[in-house]
Amino acid sequence: MGDNELDQGKRRFLLAATGVAGGVATAAAAVPFVASMLPSERARAAGAPVEADISMLAPGEKVTVEWRGQPVWIVRRTPEMLDSIKGSADKVADPKSERKPGELTPAYARNEFRSIKPEVFVAVGICSHLGCSPQDKFKAGAEAFEGNWKGGFYCPCHGSLFDLAGRVYKNKPAPDNLKVPPYKFLSDTRILIGEDSKGA
Amino acid sequence: MAAADKQPVVVTDAGPLNGMLSSLLTWVDQRFPMMTLWRGHMSEYYAPKNFNFWYYFGSLATVVLVLQIVTGIFLTMHYKPDAAQAFASVEYIMRDVPGGWLIRYLHSTGASAFFIVVYLHMFRGLLYGSYRKPRELIWIFGMLIYLCLMAEAFFGYLLPWGQMSYWGAQVIVNLFDALPVIGPDLSTWIRGDYVVSDATLNRFFAFHVIAIPLVLLGLVAAHIMALHEVGSNNPDGVEIKNQLDPKTGHPRDGIPFHPYYTIGKDLFGMMVFLVVFAVILFFMPEMGGYFLEYNNFIPADPLKTPPHIAPVWYFTPYYSILRAVTEDFMWVLAVAVISFVLLLLRTRLAYAVGVLLVGGATVLLSWLFGAPYKWWGLTLAGTVGLSLLVVPVGTGMWFRRLIVAGLVTLLAGFFSMDAKVWGVVLMGAATLVFFLLPWLDRSPVKSIRYKGVLCKTALAVFVVAFLVLGYLGTLTVTEERTLVAQFFTLVYFAFFLLMPWYTRMDKTKPEPGRVTG
Repeated sequence: MGDNELDQGKRRFLLAATGVAGGVATAAAAVPFVASMLPSERARAAGAPVEADISMLAPGEKVTVEWRGQPVWIVRRTPEMLDSIKGSADKVADPKSERKPGELTPAYARNEFRSIKPEVFVAVGICSHLGCSPQDKFKAGAEAFEGNWKGGFYCPCHGSLFDLAGRVYKNKPAPDNLKVPPYKFLSDTRILIGEDSKGA
Repeated sequence: MAAADKQPVVVTDAGPLNGMLSSLLTWVDQRFPMMTLWRGHMSEYYAPKNFNFWYYFGSLATVVLVLQIVTGIFLTMHYKPDAAQAFASVEYIMRDVPGGWLIRYLHSTGASAFFIVVYLHMFRGLLYGSYRKPRELIWIFGMLIYLCLMAEAFFGYLLPWGQMSYWGAQVIVNLFDALPVIGPDLSTWIRGDYVVSDATLNRFFAFHVIAIPLVLLGLVAAHIMALHEVGSNNPDGVEIKNQLDPKTGHPRDGIPFHPYYTIGKDLFGMMVFLVVFAVILFFMPEMGGYFLEYNNFIPADPLKTPPHIAPVWYFTPYYSILRAVTEDFMWVLAVAVISFVLLLLRTRLAYAVGVLLVGGATVLLSWLFGAPYKWWGLTLAGTVGLSLLVVPVGTGMWFRRLIVAGLVTLLAGFFSMDAKVWGVVLMGAATLVFFLLPWLDRSPVKSIRYKGVLCKTALAVFVVAFLVLGYLGTLTVTEERTLVAQFFTLVYFAFFLLMPWYTRMDKTKPEPGRVTG
């Protein structure tokens, strides 16, 4: 082959090989940049359990504590509130907490009231739809969003409704019940949120 | 051509400086294609002579782009992208930085002005068919610019670190959470934390001030280069390049962009725009809570969602579509999608009704036999798919198999994934469907002036749907409002997806050979 002739096959091979090698190198170089956007070690470390004292919490009241940057609600439910939960079983989408049991409801809260003790309700106050924090609408009666409201939580962002056990109403934007975090009672009035005793 | 061979640049209107200026410009032009660019894009870019009111908004978008970049640079000199200091640094700009309030209001009002101008610019495209061949790429670059603008607005809105900033970002990032399999990890990666936090603010700042603006500028350049390659459309939708003056070789109906449109039109438009802009800027920078939301004057509180949360007005049509998708609506959507496929396969009406009845019967049976909810949808998908493979249709077998497979997958997905996922999908589709417009419009004419009653009605109904969805998106949800939003969501998509049919059925008027008036 003379000096002036081009070997097209060789040229195509070299172009393809350079392209592949360059592509692999670019993808490899992107890894540290993509990884740099993951939660940092500091953010990972910030997820420690928190303790809440509920001795001052009167029946029918709610306190909010912060755990992993999220609001965790503790409600001391009255007997009327517990009755309303029984009454809303046919209105909610997942009355027995069967969906995503490992993720949303720990085994010890997989009961009608979704709690260890019926009167004390602990849940992450973040709507399962798009992460807004629902509001307290504890009083039963007629509401703009529901004519025959039995009391519970109302999400202002997209109108999802939850009963007083954090169970989501049917046909609302939110697909799932409110998440019950891992928790345990350290004493009658102190709760540790973020950690549970296995098998409790 | 070698640089030295170029014609010297001759300046004749600079008085005693004529000679100096001429030799300076000649020196530059021999080293840089200055005069070529000037002629190609300004003094010898021939634009149709019949531009009207709707042709102000492209140049105004450039004006607002420059305004946003300049004010943005000065805001970064004082703003702190830190969750502990961001809110206070914005208040510091408003109160203590000399003229800081003006720069900040210019930037916040400019954001809304940008969307007003761009929406009107896009509407002009819809009116006169500016997306049609050969301008498909201009339209696609323009749509990419629109997506970049939405990203800019979204990232920028977190920076003041108010309640709406925080919860708006929380809601939008959680949209990605809905995606199957990768969703939760993806949203954590976007936030850089398990909740919206300092890490999120810092990276949104980086996207807002450097990453997206660079892409945006590149796209604007591509948009204009593509426009100047094929030439501007006009209110008559006829190509001026088809009628050249044999003596000059320029379009008979074209006039040089500079000075006729630069000085003669756009400078005037800019002055009127700036007067209106200044009135809003100085007398109603918050625009009754639409440009700057009241809740954003409260610092971000991760534990408390504001009582009423709505995005800024320019996002509300899409937000309405997101909220409209509930579990019940999935059935309506399923019927709509099946009907669309029947239309696509050119099924005869009697068979189409038959397929829908068979589908309805399976749902009824599943209900009667007490099958779990998800099964209803799966049996619907199966029976509709099977019956579509046996009924005679007007299209080829391979096309039919492909479409039916797609339909069955989609229907199965409708009822096995949360409605929330489909809300996100539909919201995304509502913005992306614009990209298909050049291929959906099959009308023989471009401009609304020569289209018939069907196209005119469709466009009018679409505008109503867009405005109603936008209005509903600013309000809280009630059952009635959700129903209205669901209805107009269907109208919104029908405008696009039925376009190939109604544009062909429409009775059009003949296009003139040359532009009118």
